[in-house]
Amino acid sequence: MKISFPRMGYSYIALKWLVENMGHECIVPPEPSKRTLDLGVRYAPEFACIPFKILMGTYLEVAEMGAEIILTSGGRGPCRAGYYWVMHNYLLQELGKDVRVVAFELPLDNLKDFWKKVHWIRKTGGLSVKEFIRVLKITWEKLKAIDDVEMRSHEIRPLEIHRGDTTRTLWKGLELLDQANTLEEIEEARREGLKMLESIPRDDSRNPLKIGIIGEIYVVLEPAANHYIQIMLGEMGVQTDRSIYLSAYTRKNTIINLEGDIFSKARPYLNEAPIGGHGVNSIGETVLYAQHGFDGVVQLAPFACIPEIVAKGILPSVSRDYGIPVLTLFIDEQTGKAGVQTRLEAFVDLLERRREQKAKMERLVI
Amino acid sequence: MARVGIPHTLAYFLYYPFWKTFFEALGHQVVVSSPTTREILDLGVEETVNDACIPIKIYHGHVASLIDKVDYMFCPRLVSVRLHGDFGSETFCPKFLGLPDLIRLTFTKAPPIIDTRIDLKKGKKELESICVEVGSRLGNSSQESQAACKKARQVHRQYLALLRQGTMPPEAMEILLNGAKPASREFPPDGLSIAVVGYPYAIYDPYINVGLLNMLAREKIKIYTQDMLSDKILNREARELPKSMFWYFSNRAVYGGLYYMKKANIDGIIHVTAFACGPDAMVDRLLEIEARRHNKPYLSISIDEHTGESGVRTRIEAFVDMLRYRRDKA
Repeated sequence: MKISFPRMGYSYIALKWLVENMGHECIVPPEPSKRTLDLGVRYAPEFACIPFKILMGTYLEVAEMGAEIILTSGGRGPCRAGYYWVMHNYLLQELGKDVRVVAFELPLDNLKDFWKKVHWIRKTGGLSVKEFIRVLKITWEKLKAIDDVEMRSHEIRPLEIHRGDTTRTLWKGLELLDQANTLEEIEEARREGLKMLESIPRDDSRNPLKIGIIGEIYVVLEPAANHYIQIMLGEMGVQTDRSIYLSAYTRKNTIINLEGDIFSKARPYLNEAPIGGHGVNSIGETVLYAQHGFDGVVQLAPFACIPEIVAKGILPSVSRDYGIPVLTLFIDEQTGKAGVQTRLEAFVDLLERRREQKAKMERLVI
Repeated sequence: MARVGIPHTLAYFLYYPFWKTFFEALGHQVVVSSPTTREILDLGVEETVNDACIPIKIYHGHVASLIDKVDYMFCPRLVSVRLHGDFGSETFCPKFLGLPDLIRLTFTKAPPIIDTRIDLKKGKKELESICVEVGSRLGNSSQESQAACKKARQVHRQYLALLRQGTMPPEAMEILLNGAKPASREFPPDGLSIAVVGYPYAIYDPYINVGLLNMLAREKIKIYTQDMLSDKILNREARELPKSMFWYFSNRAVYGGLYYMKKANIDGIIHVTAFACGPDAMVDRLLEIEARRHNKPYLSISIDEHTGESGVRTRIEAFVDMLRYRRDKA
């Protein structure tokens, strides 16, 4: 079967490997472009959020490229994302496209359905159970390695001497990972990628500002949706930490890892969890970033995203209590790169001024 | 005795008789904000986070208008009103889930907020324990609260029965709480029937939908809404969909819409949706596609701060004309 999937950041490298090694043909979703968005905006409901529109466009593009099945995830709400696949199926049917969206719901909600779909994918690809598990394991390692390399790149970018070095090296590293087929090769590619990043000429005397990036998963993960905000900030000389990595659930060394912890941090502000999407997470993460000495937080959210609107209504109180500035960027199809850049520059200026003032106050105290 | 404020919007239209009876049985005074007006809307727009939808802004406006008049603000956290054992897993829109916190952090001078979590699917006795909790916040013993709860439930049952008979919520409340006589309405035998689906706070609030129901009534059109259908009928429609939505009010609107689409005596469907309502982006398109498949005329009316009466009237008149023409042709 010709299988495709939604594109989120660099995860497509691992997912492509997964689909190909399950014995199917993979239609790699193209990076969201102007055309993707135009297609999506034309056919999606007006007030659907931007991830819905971009995915709609992506699905239409992969349908043109011949995809028969699109694999995606379901969800139990109350964020709209869990209902995407139903609406996408309706819309694709109305347009007469010969492609079907198959969603994996949470195994907890419907175990039978989940197993049925997993077995169907495995059998049609002609894999034994043992091989199938091996393929899944390698994909997971690949996903983790991709995140490792990307994470390091965001720390190094603000220190680079020649602008653009880090981004170019990151791509080289990702290509190495793309070629890796076994656990050993992945480990080797990961080490090689990190080594290449370390060898970028850099100026360690800089003391970059630190900004945490929080918000809705799709616009946080997909650089094409958020106008490459992490690269943009990095090249302004700011170190960024992102709250969401697909492999983050198994990590202990990142600032944001355990969900329970986040919910308890958010409880004084929002006494209900979860409220869908990453609404509660955004509040808890802001608290965590403030406690870890970050200079500011940027909240990314699609226009009309319900959970993030609730978070936005509550964040001013968090910002006041913890003294951490928060910039909210609502992204929709009208958002331009220049607009985002101007606002980020102003925000970074503000953070720099705050840092100088704080330093001055400390000197006075001494 | 305390004065308890209840905003005249959102869940008011379905659950007011219950809570009014409950609080009054406990010996408290219930203060309801006035029906939505321009001032209330303006107050709300001023206070609310600017990306919120109209219903949430209006809710803030109602709360603002009540602040000086009450000792407690009744703003429960609606999580689920599905009864235990009903197998529905839906909850409310995230904005409803976060509403008490939004209110608390927006209005720092507000009186204490009763933000009891209402999650009825947790257990059979959940409603009683909720009532006891609310009562204890107001200083009532659990026996008193339980007795009040029992009384309120009875009233709620009568209220639902009135709605099922086709009475509109404002009229049903008058009948139930003030002993008004049901008004008799005459419909011409060949008149049109239209199903109006949408959220209770959108279809029954004449301010935000600029008197849509009255416009239809003046045309002598028989109006049906999803609240006139029993839970059993609505649940049956759920099986037609590949997956149910996650939001209680949205599901009711969708199921109601699907039910009326299949009825031969219904001439058309009107869906009332609020500007920037998240769930409605899905609901509206779903109903539109299904209406086309069922060959039923469908009109979607979107309401916001600037909705003008003449705009809506023009669209309704055109829709009704189209329905009449369609019927004559058939």
